[in-house]
Amino acid sequence: MTHFSTKRWALLIGCISLSIFACKPKNTGSAVGADAAAKAYVAPGQYDQFYNFVSGGFSGQMSVYGLPSGRLLRVIPVFSVDPEKGWGYSEETKAMLNTSHGMVPWDDLHHTEMSQTNGEIDGRWVFGNANNTPRVARIDLTTFRTAEIIELPNSAGNHSSPFITENTEYVVAGTRFSVPPDDANGDVAIDTYKDNFKGTISFISVDKNDGKMDLAFQIQCPGVNFDLSHAGKGKSNGWFFFSCYNTEKASTLLEVNASQRDKDFIMAVNWKKAEEYIKAGKGRKQAVKYASNRYDEKTHTATSQIKTEVLVLDAKNFKDICYFIPCPKSPHGCDVDPTGEYIVGSGKLAALVPVFSFDKIQNAIAAKDFIGEFDGLPVIKYESALHGELQKPGLGPLHTEFDGKGNAYTSFFVSSEVVKWNIKDLKVLDRAATYYSIGHLTIPGGDSKKPDPKYLIAYNKITKDRYLPTGPELSQSAQLFDISGDKMQLILDFPTIGEPHYAQAVRADLIKDKSLKIFKIDDNQHPYVAKGEGATKVVRENGKVHVYMTTIRSHLAPDNIEGIQQGEEVYFHITNLEQDWDVPHGFAIKGANNAELLIMPGETQTLKWVADRVGIYPFYCTDFCSALHQEMSGYLRVSPKGSAVPLRFSTGKTAPATK
Amino acid sequence: MKKLIVILTLGSLIAACGGGNSHAPATAAASTEKTEPGKDNPSYDPNRGEGKFKDVQINPKLDLALAGEGNKVYNVKCGSCHKLSEEKLVGPGWKGVTSRHEAAWILNFITNTDAMLNIDPKAQAQLEICLVRMPNQSLTDQEALSLYEFMRKNDGVK
Repeated sequence: MTHFSTKRWALLIGCISLSIFACKPKNTGSAVGADAAAKAYVAPGQYDQFYNFVSGGFSGQMSVYGLPSGRLLRVIPVFSVDPEKGWGYSEETKAMLNTSHGMVPWDDLHHTEMSQTNGEIDGRWVFGNANNTPRVARIDLTTFRTAEIIELPNSAGNHSSPFITENTEYVVAGTRFSVPPDDANGDVAIDTYKDNFKGTISFISVDKNDGKMDLAFQIQCPGVNFDLSHAGKGKSNGWFFFSCYNTEKASTLLEVNASQRDKDFIMAVNWKKAEEYIKAGKGRKQAVKYASNRYDEKTHTATSQIKTEVLVLDAKNFKDICYFIPCPKSPHGCDVDPTGEYIVGSGKLAALVPVFSFDKIQNAIAAKDFIGEFDGLPVIKYESALHGELQKPGLGPLHTEFDGKGNAYTSFFVSSEVVKWNIKDLKVLDRAATYYSIGHLTIPGGDSKKPDPKYLIAYNKITKDRYLPTGPELSQSAQLFDISGDKMQLILDFPTIGEPHYAQAVRADLIKDKSLKIFKIDDNQHPYVAKGEGATKVVRENGKVHVYMTTIRSHLAPDNIEGIQQGEEVYFHITNLEQDWDVPHGFAIKGANNAELLIMPGETQTLKWVADRVGIYPFYCTDFCSALHQEMSGYLRVSPKGSAVPLRFSTGKTAPATK
Repeated sequence: MKKLIVILTLGSLIAACGGGNSHAPATAAASTEKTEPGKDNPSYDPNRGEGKFKDVQINPKLDLALAGEGNKVYNVKCGSCHKLSEEKLVGPGWKGVTSRHEAAWILNFITNTDAMLNIDPKAQAQLEICLVRMPNQSLTDQEALSLYEFMRKNDGVK
């Protein structure tokens, strides 16, 4: 220290901060044009042009934004409980979060994918993946609710999911973490990874009419990390492409040990062929355990079924299902252009972006142009599959979306930018800085056959100084670019829920008119529905109390309940009798150990409550419903166990006093 | 009452200023923007109300089956707020309702509730008493007709 003078230190610090400053993208002032505000402005009372379905990452939910305003329209509870909406707390929704591990109240939703017909977004459903406890969810876009969740056996870290085939025949799920299969002895030393760990690709079928998901089959693959995927389309329909890293098969310090090889792989899967083998009875029946949870809109109740069998194809026994294509280096994004000819692999650690040609891959397979095998699967010669390389595009390429005009837009995490380039001649056309460190990016329809390239949204990982500080934790920042011209133009920042990864966007017209306004009370088949106040009651059955309650502006019926005894379980079954749009009622009662309910018009929902002590318990409507909302309340009396106070309920009259 | 009318008038004037706005959701207020509301509007028929029901032919004899259907609808969608006696609960009791209003007025009010609450003097007078806007219960035309028959039965029509 004594040899190093203060002056020198100052100089050194100065140099360091200068170089940090130099790395930072150009400042916002120079990045935002004068007309940006007008381009993102949606006047009060006006609708946005696009819906944007954004994964919530570690929030486990999916949020819906309007574009170009960036206004948050709704947060759809998917894999995480949401006490505000009673999701996972109401008796009806608990089953949605059931798994073979029991109730799992949280997950990590990374990617959203909208259903497609003929390779175009059809606006029926949007799917989301659970990365932690492997599951796939289907959200119905008439109700904007999670309609179904299916668990995946033989899986861990369901990351390359929920990408779909061009007519939504299948949703796929590939394992980021290879593990021993569920029917093998899993009690093995971790350093036996190479021998005992397998990767699994799941194909979940989607019913054309009602969207119901079933696990059609799985392909057992070498134990590598499957990262992302996209289906072929058009000419490459029938194929699926998965990026793979950790082909080193490391099980410790992956940061170093999974970054050794110069090239990892894109795995091309001929799913039509796999489907044929399954139809021909070639699948091996494997004993497993997984949950299939469905929400019934008529009974307003979810059921969870544990299934015990899956059909598995071992890839190495069928030489024509899976092919590896070398791809530099730890590829992440795996994106197929709208024509289906080009597959873009983005190596996180690569200084170039390779573009593969579907035709060349087919020719290479036909000519058996292989350089060898990896775990018994053919490896296609890199140069034979390659269309070309985008040289020195930026640092840390992650994901690519398309505009349908021959251009690709790739996100670069390390150099914090979006780069627009031409796919055919592999020339960079434009660059736009992002603030800061972009992960995924989305163009409406940007991974479909028919992009709608008006906007591009960047989902950034680092927020720093973009908003007023809110302590150590900041919300993640999304940025909207106008890409209708030759140059990308930044027009808006907006904060997001959780940590968005992939997102989808679509013209509002495709969805808004199909949005459900009410549930018809006549169609309500809930076992505890009260269709009208005449049907309200309080009954004691098998030691439990069931309250059949109704809500309408502005009272609850019954609103006086007596004769409950300490320690009893009380089930409040609330039917909202309203038949008008945007008139939910809420229900909350003092001391509830779970949550509230929000009951939509025509719906019945149930809250379990335990009378833990003697006394009077107010309950009330939590969702401001009318001028007399504050009056919408009631009382419940809890007496000691064995009390002679009879079970009694009323609305609008006072019960005779009982001591 | 005057204040209420002023507010409602202003509301519809504001809505009228936003006319031609294709993105705006068609709220009840917006759908009445063409007409000057209430008593001051000579084209508004306060006996008929506003809605799709115009010349309603009522058979002097009660349709018992239809009234029975109406009773079922009442139990689910109306009975929480309306008693069958004269007693007011949340809304007015139904006894005598078919003699207080024309058939068309009742049918329009129960099927076009929001619009009528915005413009009809009798509906507004009732709102001032009840202070809860009658919910739109999304009745079909058939449900509305059956309810009217049930009201007639309740009023003693045989």
